[in-house]
Amino acid sequence: MSESMSVHPEVVTTHDVHHDEHGGGHHKETFISKYIFSMDHKTIGKQFLITGIIWAIVGGLFSVLFRLQLGYPDQSFPILETFFGHWAKGGQIQPEFYYALVTMHGTVLVFFVLTAGLSGTFANILIPLQIGARDMASPMLNMLSYWFFFLASVIMMSSLFIQTGPAAGGWTIYPPLSALGQASQGSKLGMDLWLVSMAMFIVSSLLGGLNYISTILNMRTKGMSMTRMPLTIWAMFFTAVLGVLSFPVLLSGAILLLFDRNLGTSFFLSDIVVNGEVLPNEGGSAILFQHLFWFLGHPEVYIILLPAMGMVSEIMSVNSRKPIFGYMAMLGSLFAIAILAFLVWAHHMFVTGLNPFLGSIFVLLTLLIAVPSAIKVFNWLTTLWRGNIRFTPAMLFAIGFVSLFISGGLTGIFLGNSTIDIHLHDTMFVVAHFHIVMGVASFFGMFAGVYHWFPKMFGRYLNSTLGYIHFWVTMVGAYLIFWPMHYEGLAGMPRRYLDKSGWVSFNQFGDLDKMITVVSIIVFAVQLMFVFNFFYSIFKGRKVTTQNPWGANTLEWTTPIRPGHGNWVGEIPEVHRWPYDYGKDGRDFIPQTEPIGANESKH
Amino acid sequence: MQTVFIVAILALGFLVTFQIAKASEYVAILRGEERSRKQTNKINGFLLLVFLIAGLIGVYYCNEQLKGKILGAPASDHGVLVDRMLYITLALTFIVFVITQVALFWFSYKYQESDTRKAFYYPHNNKLEVIWTVIPAITLTVLVGFGIFYWFKITGEAPKDAMQVEVVGSQFKWEYRYPGADKVFGKKYFKEISDAKNNPLGQLWDDPANHDDIYVSGEPMHLVVNKPVKLIIGAKDVIHDVGLAHFRMKMDAVPGTPTTMWFTPTKTTADMKKETKNPDFVYEISCDQMCGKGHWSMRGEIVVETQEEFDAWLAKKDPQYAKVAPAKKMEPAKDSATAPGILKDSVIAQVIK
Ligand code: HEM
Ligand SMILES: [Cu+2]
Ligand SMILES: [Cu+2]
Repeated sequence: MSESMSVHPEVVTTHDVHHDEHGGGHHKETFISKYIFSMDHKTIGKQFLITGIIWAIVGGLFSVLFRLQLGYPDQSFPILETFFGHWAKGGQIQPEFYYALVTMHGTVLVFFVLTAGLSGTFANILIPLQIGARDMASPMLNMLSYWFFFLASVIMMSSLFIQTGPAAGGWTIYPPLSALGQASQGSKLGMDLWLVSMAMFIVSSLLGGLNYISTILNMRTKGMSMTRMPLTIWAMFFTAVLGVLSFPVLLSGAILLLFDRNLGTSFFLSDIVVNGEVLPNEGGSAILFQHLFWFLGHPEVYIILLPAMGMVSEIMSVNSRKPIFGYMAMLGSLFAIAILAFLVWAHHMFVTGLNPFLGSIFVLLTLLIAVPSAIKVFNWLTTLWRGNIRFTPAMLFAIGFVSLFISGGLTGIFLGNSTIDIHLHDTMFVVAHFHIVMGVASFFGMFAGVYHWFPKMFGRYLNSTLGYIHFWVTMVGAYLIFWPMHYEGLAGMPRRYLDKSGWVSFNQFGDLDKMITVVSIIVFAVQLMFVFNFFYSIFKGRKVTTQNPWGANTLEWTTPIRPGHGNWVGEIPEVHRWPYDYGKDGRDFIPQTEPIGANESKH
Repeated sequence: MQTVFIVAILALGFLVTFQIAKASEYVAILRGEERSRKQTNKINGFLLLVFLIAGLIGVYYCNEQLKGKILGAPASDHGVLVDRMLYITLALTFIVFVITQVALFWFSYKYQESDTRKAFYYPHNNKLEVIWTVIPAITLTVLVGFGIFYWFKITGEAPKDAMQVEVVGSQFKWEYRYPGADKVFGKKYFKEISDAKNNPLGQLWDDPANHDDIYVSGEPMHLVVNKPVKLIIGAKDVIHDVGLAHFRMKMDAVPGTPTTMWFTPTKTTADMKKETKNPDFVYEISCDQMCGKGHWSMRGEIVVETQEEFDAWLAKKDPQYAKVAPAKKMEPAKDSATAPGILKDSVIAQVIK
């Protein structure tokens, strides 16, 4: 690495060092403007990351709690009563509490961690740095994007502490359950707060998304044509497009639901008698909401996954010391996934009474998505093939990501086939599927990104021994938890059943559920260790001493070790090539800033 | 006390790990970062290989442990189709699974960093990329083909001679209605629903078709073996779902929008008791759609029996109208506490026993 470092030691200083307006910290920065109401994309990215980490701890803790119930339904844990009072009467998690936990777990992890925490963090940090821009198109809107997210967080968090508890109808909040306070505790004030919080969240994500798109389209440095962008940026771009086009639909659904709840409208309500009380609503459609929800909901799963895919592609190429295989195919498949993501939503609704013919169209479109997914997998495999691989913690997480994506993608082929989905819909099989392919896989992408770009964010390294422990325990744990869960689903065991002992058909998995619970607690503990590593290393980690520690081609490694607001001292470097010239013509790597040599071979 | 103990042990373990991790960083610096990085690289490469092998063994072991616990042979004609589709998909995806996972971990292990190798500059190969676009596309077309063929069979029109049963879900119970001798369900209107007036389903008594309809609750639904049945599914309050794991069937129960599904049960409950060697076997209806705090306990039962047994069972039932008609004549109605089907809150306790 060090000898390759010397190939072009002075990438930055080759430009004349005249301090332009943004070069140094020319205007005085106070603590508030630097760390709190900051407009620096890097700081905003870190704000998203740290808020995301806090939410992840909360969401993860919830899962440990409800796993206790699932693994040990008969046991009493007095400590729970100490903390949660009547929600855990006699040390036993009450059904309302259980459902509140599950709902918040899903909401928090899907939206607050894997959407805001993931694309908020890496789109912010990487887009300007990798396309060669001083900041986002609108730093102001960017800052607002974080603060709307913060507001959404405060509202959601506050809903945990009200008397009737937070929303409890599942993260998909289907009405009428979510519309009728009489039907469930969680559909009282908690549900209103959920909807308002999500509305704020959507505003945040729109502000962010529009900004990411306009930055990528308009602010690339000289020579950075679209097809010279790293795949991370392409992934962030499609992610933002998906979000901008689909989140407004959820917003409309949320607003209509608020109307139904509070203003007596009947968008989603019809023919209802709840607890003996006849409601006046007629003519609404409960299924309409599901269309609105899944029109966002399915793109949402790709909003979560695409950034991870982009980062994995980049990290895999850097650490294999080889170009990503099939750049154009990778890009094309991202594009195909982004388009198809809008055309498959009803595969979540095969058994809602959907017209069977319509169902068959959605089967076709859904299984089509497996084709670009397969292309991506094969290209990653070929990227590894005949590489010279360095197993940094980031690289291990990237490899783990591919493994999980394969496993979870393949079970998608079961579910996308409506015939099989009749049996598997709303069973533990679905839970296993999406946790592997979306939950854990995207977390792996996020971890890979954190380990890889931590030196850029904080000028220090994460401790890699802890990183290796983190990876191996999480990898083994994820499979132990979710692989056997498919079998529960194959037996038909429904989701969201907190005690199966009353059932003849589903009570045969007691030992399995115990095992899963124990493993989840271990895995959770190891995540806490990661969090510790994260905060410890910000202050005490080993210092980064070279500008380009991984020997990477992309532009972020041409900035100073601790870049200030404006990123580059002096002029922004010009780009002359694509970002994946690793191992070309016998050279370990050739940064994007290096002009094409006279007798360089073509690719 | 125990908790404190566990927390202390965890904290201690954590501290030790952390110290080791910190020390290993110093050692690395002392010994030369380059060298120690290469050493850890070897270890991780080896572990990836171990993970692959242990993982594949684990997959096998897991299957051995659990394959007996997932449902046995399907108990309906449609279930046979669902299972066949499932096994076709399983076979294909399992092959792909093994090939790709082996490639992933094997390549990682084989091509780990070494001083003697240079990475191979290989940015793309159009032929390869076309191949692995076309092969998945063809495979998936086959799966879609089978899938849609079965799907239309399952969701197509029910046979004319199918018996009909209405299923109504509400928090947290199932109620049923049989159309009686005229084989026609009388009309309903949700505002008529009233347990107090002995009208739990909101039947309109002006409709004569209602007069012979039989209402059943608090006991299993009865079906006839080898006779197609069409379920007409509804809900009173929130969305529920009629999940029939043994028949491999499932359909949402949506307030305001009736849904249907049909199938032919092929094994009586008695058959299944023998087949599963479980004297307690019953067909269960599970609610598969989150419907509130009692969702996990919203259980119904089905008895599949011969036509004779079924007829005998049905003959003992009076139409719901019989309970209302005398009351209609001698208004005001008497106390109706004895009416069946008023379970409400007690139902959870009752189901779990
Ligand atoms: C080969 C590709 C895939 C196919 C064919 C597929 C198919 C499906 C289908 C049909 C369902 C609905 C199952 C049901 O509820 O009965 C489903 C559920 C789900 N999938 Fe996938 N999927 C694929 C990949 C993915 C990916 C890549 C993600 C996320 C990044 C994902 C996330 C989810 C989630 C979150 C759910 C469950 C939602 C819920 O009910 O709470 N899937 N998938
Ligand atoms: Cu989907
Ligand atoms: Cu339910």
